[in-house]
Amino acid sequence: MSNLKQINSVVVRFAGDSGDGMQLTGDRFTSDSAVLGIDLSTLPNFPAEIRAPQGTLPGVSSFQLHFADHSALTPGDAPDVLVAMNPAALKANLGDLPRGSTIIVNSDEFTKRNLSKVGYPTSPLDDDSLEAWQVHAVPLTSITVEALADFDLGRKDKERAKNMFTLGLLSWMYTRPLDGTYAFLRTKFAKQPDILEANLTALRAGHAYGETTEAFSVQYAVAPAPMEPGTYRNITGNVATAYGLATAAHRAKLPLVLGSYPITPASDLLHNLSRLKHFGVTTIQAEDEIAAVGSALGASFGGAIGVTTTSGPGLALKSETIGLAVALELPLVVIDVQRGGPSTGLPTKTEQADLLQAMFGRNGESPVAVIAANSPADCFEAAVDAVRIATTYRTPVILLTDGYLANGSQPWRLPASIDELPDLSVEFASEPNATDAKGNPVFHPYVRDAETLARAWAVPGTPGLEHRVGGIEKADGTGEISYDPANHDHMVRTRQAKIDGIVVPDLAVDDPSGDAKLLVLGWGSTYGPIAAGVRLARATGARVARAHLRNLAPLPANLGDVLRSYDRVLLPEMNLGQLALLLRGKYLVDIRSHTAVRGLPFTAVEIATAIDEHLDKLDGLVGDQEGTA
Amino acid sequence: MSTIDLGMPTSGIAGVPLLAHGEQQTKRDFTSDQEVRWCPGCGDYIILNAVQSFLPELGLRRENIVFISGIGCSSRFPYYLDTYGMHSIHGRAPAIATGLATSRPDLSVWVVTGDGDALSIGGNHLIHALRRNVNLKILLFNNKIYGLTKGQYSPTSEVGAVTKSTPFGSVDQPFNPISLALGAEASFVARTIDSDRKHLTDVLRAAAQHRGSALVEIYQNCPIFNDGAFDVLKDAQESVARVLRLVDGEPVRAGEGDDARVVIRTDAGELELVPEPGADPARVVVHDASAPNPAAAFAMSRFDGPDMTTVPMGIFRNVARPTYDDGVRAQVAAASPDGPATDDELLALLHGGDTWSVTG
Ligand code: SF4
Repeated sequence: MSNLKQINSVVVRFAGDSGDGMQLTGDRFTSDSAVLGIDLSTLPNFPAEIRAPQGTLPGVSSFQLHFADHSALTPGDAPDVLVAMNPAALKANLGDLPRGSTIIVNSDEFTKRNLSKVGYPTSPLDDDSLEAWQVHAVPLTSITVEALADFDLGRKDKERAKNMFTLGLLSWMYTRPLDGTYAFLRTKFAKQPDILEANLTALRAGHAYGETTEAFSVQYAVAPAPMEPGTYRNITGNVATAYGLATAAHRAKLPLVLGSYPITPASDLLHNLSRLKHFGVTTIQAEDEIAAVGSALGASFGGAIGVTTTSGPGLALKSETIGLAVALELPLVVIDVQRGGPSTGLPTKTEQADLLQAMFGRNGESPVAVIAANSPADCFEAAVDAVRIATTYRTPVILLTDGYLANGSQPWRLPASIDELPDLSVEFASEPNATDAKGNPVFHPYVRDAETLARAWAVPGTPGLEHRVGGIEKADGTGEISYDPANHDHMVRTRQAKIDGIVVPDLAVDDPSGDAKLLVLGWGSTYGPIAAGVRLARATGARVARAHLRNLAPLPANLGDVLRSYDRVLLPEMNLGQLALLLRGKYLVDIRSHTAVRGLPFTAVEIATAIDEHLDKLDGLVGDQEGTA
Repeated sequence: MSTIDLGMPTSGIAGVPLLAHGEQQTKRDFTSDQEVRWCPGCGDYIILNAVQSFLPELGLRRENIVFISGIGCSSRFPYYLDTYGMHSIHGRAPAIATGLATSRPDLSVWVVTGDGDALSIGGNHLIHALRRNVNLKILLFNNKIYGLTKGQYSPTSEVGAVTKSTPFGSVDQPFNPISLALGAEASFVARTIDSDRKHLTDVLRAAAQHRGSALVEIYQNCPIFNDGAFDVLKDAQESVARVLRLVDGEPVRAGEGDDARVVIRTDAGELELVPEPGADPARVVVHDASAPNPAAAFAMSRFDGPDMTTVPMGIFRNVARPTYDDGVRAQVAAASPDGPATDDELLALLHGGDTWSVTG
């Protein structure tokens, strides 16, 4: 009966009360889409409060999912479909909804009481305020309860299954198989057969409702996106980061010790790693952020891969210990899942404003390597790379991700074999490396590798290499305390030279036209939005080049040349222009910033608009010059 | 709740490699080539000497001993010992040592700290190391002053202390480090003094053997900024009357002969010091550092006062309880019964969850 329409992409947003299970519903819908080979990108958006008062605007939690038959790149600028489980969810999200898009609301929740909680004088379902949208008012709660009439469960338990009913309905609309969710529910509720059956029934009922209700006459299908051959899974940034760390430790054949303190949005790294003990991962939930990084550094001194995970406020607290690690020249991996700041800021929202803190937020000249992951899946490789740099160069490495990458997800092409991944074997010092005045062999902890400038990593337990390290300036070579002015000058420059000498790949530029005058440069999680924005702009004929930085310290060797070869460089950042400030200072190039700090990723349209504006200005400049010539 | 016997080690140095049979070490082996740079007459010299002399008797391989310090005069300690060492940052040594001790059961890890380092800036790390019972030996050099920054009052300076930063006298209530440690669930708590080499060494020996965190408060004279702070405990005559000797199995006693006083338990359950002659033997407190309840040890710690009329010395508490590092390692070991994960196991982890294939 239904009529099947093929579409290229769709953006669905599930919104409800924090307790409505919207994140779970979104997650399941994502997985069921992913297994079809459809490309996708997701954006969970939840309040900092665990359960704000029910039915209120602050309590609204949402999950946006963009799936496409081509590279999805971003979670989508604006939803095509909004599922609103209550009036608050409708009110909080309506502003993002383009006219003509679809709204599915749970009409059961549009009671007088709930309406007044969010300041609706009358129900928007009853007046003409939603005229511009296609509204499906479905009594999701009561139909679910009805479908579960035969179950010996309390009303609350029955009502709770409404998210599965909703998922069933959406699965019908978008021709999603339900098998994945069946399997998921069977595992989740293995010990509660009643609840399991209720959820399965609700899921099927939702599907059947779509099929039989005339209001939902159209089904949509999105074809699989062309992707490189391989095996894929959907993955969030925090899981990918955790897996990258465990994998790096495995490839280094070293234990990994995580010292961490719970902080949003980084806590999932601690949770995920604490489950990976089998992979030689030890996790220490420390008493504070300082102890967390301290225990990681202590473990590094002992020959493990010391890692600490945090967000901006925690990075601030760790700065003195990171400085110690710079002085000790020991490996240390610091992961900062950035969130809105300053201070507590926006704990559950994304931002890129810790860049300068990562680069310089320590006393003294205190250089560290800085890497920024580009996408949820890229967090895996970025984490592996962070470990590689830390162990090869015996230096702290700060890996920047952010709330968007941490909780967002996308398909990840899995390595087919572990051998594909870099070999990270490390050699500890085992022999004396110098001679004392009397010609006896001795160990000098600050004797360096000529190429990497890394000092010897001699771990306790190695006979004959007993030595002391510390935060006081040391004489290069011997490592003895030294207050000598010339030595300090030499050591400051050497530590910087070591970071500057880290081998990082050249920056690749994507410029299909070959003659673009405008370069859009990005770093970190803006990869998807910038790529999508550039794609939009190019679709309307814009000639624009694009490049994305992953290594921020050191920067790629060819960066200066790249920047100077364009008439204009546009740099979108979710801060007030931190990388632009750095690049202007370092390369004397007049970088143009495009900034926004709304706690949300850029939209593709926003980037495309900025590109157009800058192209217009460039054209204007050319015109002016011609006019005056 | 059921408890599982994980067969945890019971000695503080279990798992640390011993010297080969017949091999011997001396104080010299533990003396680094660095020139010691404390002020002349500083109590730190005596403690260093005692530690260097004592370490050989443990019979451990020198390379498996690590000293970690924070910041302060005492924290220069690691430089002078020819073991592995780290002079870290202010207050953080217990946190750094926790990471090291947790990941390396084959090391004997010692923390050297002072009253400012451990009780002020690093107070949080100290109490958490003690509560976790990480297998660390924490030597807290208490000189009741900030030495390295040239003479400000510390968290153990008495009220009224006139120092550089308190010209009109300190109004801060000091910590009693022993009470603090006991309140933090420490399993081994002791006090000793720089001038009594034998007592100091006995306490260090017991601390080394203790599995778990051992807090050893060492009264240390700073002749430059707080000279004579402990003179009354060093003077042969004065000290006899003031020091309450904590010896397991013996009454807690100060003084000798007819002047001896002993600690008794009153009807109210409180501890009181009374002349020994005539004291009710049934009420005399016989010291038991291994008492499971820390209440008696805490009560004993309260004999200490700013005027030092009575100062208990010795091991207040020494009880066995599971250590954090053993527990953490046991979980990791239990998760990997067949040794480190294989490539296939790692690949299976990565490929977990719902996967799909794209063919070319
Ligand atoms: S200032 Fe005091 S504690 Fe510091 S070295 Fe000198 S005497 Fe010793």
